[in-house]
Amino acid sequence: MRRVVITGSGTINPLGHSVAATLEAMREGRCGIGPLDIRDVDRLQIQIGGQVRDYDETTHFNRQQISLYDRFTQFTLLSAREAVAQSGLNFSGELADRSGVVFGTSGGGLNTQDENYRAVYEEGKNRVHPFIVPKLMNNAAASHVSMEFNLRGPSFTVATACASSNHAMGQAFNMVRSGMADVMLTGGSEAMLCFGGIKAWEGLRVMSKDGCRPFSATRNGMVQGEGAGVFVFEDRDHAIARGAEILCEVAGFAMSSDASDIVTPSKQGAARAIAGALKDARMNGEDVGYINAHGTGTAANDKTECAAVADVFGAHADRLMISSTKSMHGHLIGGTGAVELLACIMALRDGIIAPTIGYEEPDPECALNVVPNVAQEATVDAVLSNAFAFGGFNAVLALRAAR
Amino acid sequence: MPVKDQVIAIVAEQALLAPGDINMTDTPVDLGLDSLGLVEIVFAVEETFDVTVPFNANEPNTGDFDISTVASIVAGVERLVAEQKA
Repeated sequence: MRRVVITGSGTINPLGHSVAATLEAMREGRCGIGPLDIRDVDRLQIQIGGQVRDYDETTHFNRQQISLYDRFTQFTLLSAREAVAQSGLNFSGELADRSGVVFGTSGGGLNTQDENYRAVYEEGKNRVHPFIVPKLMNNAAASHVSMEFNLRGPSFTVATACASSNHAMGQAFNMVRSGMADVMLTGGSEAMLCFGGIKAWEGLRVMSKDGCRPFSATRNGMVQGEGAGVFVFEDRDHAIARGAEILCEVAGFAMSSDASDIVTPSKQGAARAIAGALKDARMNGEDVGYINAHGTGTAANDKTECAAVADVFGAHADRLMISSTKSMHGHLIGGTGAVELLACIMALRDGIIAPTIGYEEPDPECALNVVPNVAQEATVDAVLSNAFAFGGFNAVLALRAAR
Repeated sequence: MPVKDQVIAIVAEQALLAPGDINMTDTPVDLGLDSLGLVEIVFAVEETFDVTVPFNANEPNTGDFDISTVASIVAGVERLVAEQKA
């Protein structure tokens, strides 16, 4: 089977509008979560979130494009432009036919749905813009990226709630590894910070009103974020032949289903996905220096995740580092694994482990090195990225340094 | 119907029991209620009495609203209803 490498990355998220800005914020442990600036926020119980700030769609897209691009599509396109530019790839001829797109999202064009339901129900309008359907559909982002870059190979969208991006990247990895495609653009995007998007989450009573503090005994829930991350996954031989800069290697992927509860996480399900990713990558547990945790900041996830890591790694669980960057950018739901992969690449390339900020007090049920509050320096050769979704779907990626 | 009886009816519906089978000293565990069941009870209380219950599933035992027994839930709802009338 072929080896798969990453040759490009791009993002826009609450920490920055580029990979460089995002990594700088992660190094410094900056928090991108703050008061929400959205319509009808006064009617919400939860009034904080990780919003993409200082963003004006009209500086990036013209009026016709905006009529087709929901916010989640805009985030995806901007991230894809950065990733493709870094990769140096130009998709034409046979390469175009052998390159595709697979992205994750949970809500798709939720802002578009929210705005238009408001128009017909609240404002009593009997007419909506002709492009609402192509704007709100979950595959809109993948389709527009395929059109902008002439990617004519296998392309689709994955929706598995909070694991969407990891599932998407796992598919892209296996498609390149198996020879189904030579290059895949992959990652994910989410933009559900609108009244309806937050009101729905509020109902579950798992959201924090004051901040995301994963693994801390004082944690009291998750905080939503928005944004996108896009990566260029490429056949390693193809990348080497054209002299591309390799950011890291995607070494393995595994997924599992808890088959138990629609919202409560399962230690066994998470552990099976983690162990499966190690096996797929032919890694030993001791090889892993860093895990980017799912780490949502809920009571249930963080203790279950730590127990799963302890089960899989045994004594090595106390030596590896595990952090949740959701403390900084919030939970990007279907896009979260993509933005979190940036922290994995930073660990492998730069030897900097992004911190879990907001950490106040140890929790005996989360007694691992969670890189509290301040980034740590370490040389790591292998990392994992965890994602565990509502519905009991787990997806874990394993990456190796390019050396 | 008194607040107490309405709350018991809400709890009984979620626990799939008859109201007469609910004891004031029962805990959520006694009644076989999981976290989703509790969240649904909180929602039903809010809809029935038009109040906002300060309940966070991450810290069910540390908020201002005590859900440790049926009696404490009833007391909490009675307080919220009284505050709303005040």
